[in-house]
Amino acid sequence: MVTLVVPGALRAEVGGAARVEVRVVGTVRAVLDEVGVRWPRLERRVRDEAGEIRRYINVYVDGEDVRRLAGQDTPVPARAEVRIIPSVAGGAG
Amino acid sequence: MTTVLAIGTNKGLYLARSDDDRRSWRVTGPHFAMHEVYAVAIDKRRGTPRLLAGVSSPHFGASIATSDDLGVSWHEPERAPIAFPADTGATLERAWQIAPGPAAEPDRVYVGTQPSALFVSDDGGATFELVRGLWDHPHRPQWGAGYGGQAIHTVLPHPSTPGHLLVAMSTGGVYRTGDGGASWAPANKGIRAGFAPDPWPEFGQCVHKVARDAVDPERLYAQNHNGVYRSDDGGASWSSIAEGLPSDFGFAMVAHPRRAGVIWTFPLTDGSHRFPPEEKCRVFRSTDAGATWEGLTEGLPTEPFYPSVLRDAMCADDADPVGVYFGTRSGEVYASRDEGDSWSSVAAHLPDVLCVRAAEV
Repeated sequence: MVTLVVPGALRAEVGGAARVEVRVVGTVRAVLDEVGVRWPRLERRVRDEAGEIRRYINVYVDGEDVRRLAGQDTPVPARAEVRIIPSVAGGAG
Repeated sequence: MTTVLAIGTNKGLYLARSDDDRRSWRVTGPHFAMHEVYAVAIDKRRGTPRLLAGVSSPHFGASIATSDDLGVSWHEPERAPIAFPADTGATLERAWQIAPGPAAEPDRVYVGTQPSALFVSDDGGATFELVRGLWDHPHRPQWGAGYGGQAIHTVLPHPSTPGHLLVAMSTGGVYRTGDGGASWAPANKGIRAGFAPDPWPEFGQCVHKVARDAVDPERLYAQNHNGVYRSDDGGASWSSIAEGLPSDFGFAMVAHPRRAGVIWTFPLTDGSHRFPPEEKCRVFRSTDAGATWEGLTEGLPTEPFYPSVLRDAMCADDADPVGVYFGTRSGEVYASRDEGDSWSSVAAHLPDVLCVRAAEV
């Protein structure tokens, strides 16, 4: 079980919750795959159809940016916190 | 009589509604706040009109949302409506054009995308498939990107001949199919590409918009990146109709929904000087298929005017007389309820207007 922290702009996809539990551990990819099963619209706002984390989306595991670790192969231990944060870049002015 | 005007901007969709034959408007929005709405359509082929919006976000990607209650609520399927198949290696950036199919195919909807591709839906816009015949075209690696990106921005299904369809892209030009999308051929003969070493290439033109004549479906009108053209043979050949306009640059081209030979455009000075000619806010109308043009200004701003009107930010409704609408990159929207003779403001101070579509509902 890990805790997924959902940004405000995406909470409508999980019924308004800021934090949801995901019953998968292993890697970021496995967690996001499970997100795709339970909340497919949330998953495709985080990853494109090629399965890559979108350019202006950052994913953190226990406070560490997975792009600085092993990307979607980054390990996600039990009881970890996986946080999705839209980048401050990329928005319209 | 109710008229709906959908206004897509770079920070959401606004909906204007008039219940008094387009004399006054009530504007709601933004729907999809902080999302770009490059494309919108009002599909009246079924009993309940359907709004379709191409919604995209640099953060969260692009999708198609639909509304069957004129924008009160919106629906987006669990599965991505549009996704490039894995073998293409491509990912959807934006939907640039939503085109309901011909009346005989009420569930068919086409979407032109960035990167340049065509998708087709046979369930009213809930799910789409890539049109492989165009994606696999041998010219595709040579299609370029315009200033706004590489996209198919124009999709014109033939109203009466099944399987016939025309698309236009920047850059790349016009392509046609006569077999339902299995095979495609460029259709740019006579369209000049002044930015290319060979100004008369088979393809590669930067066509900005194509509109189809209401009465003669083989007659087409094109606003090009420098050049305004007409085809009388379904796109096989094109000839200039720019004489009489103050410039041959611009983005929009709109055809009357019922009368032959009536078109509107909003010229800009040049690709390197994207302001209205003489800094005047003017719509130009032809009622003789481009042989002559008249500038329309009644009710429009008279002070120096600098905003652009983008390729889908001008449209006509289907009322009688026809209403004509345009939105600017400075967030102003103007409407005419007399086919362009006079104009009034619908909205001001919106974000950049990317597209407008209007219909009686």
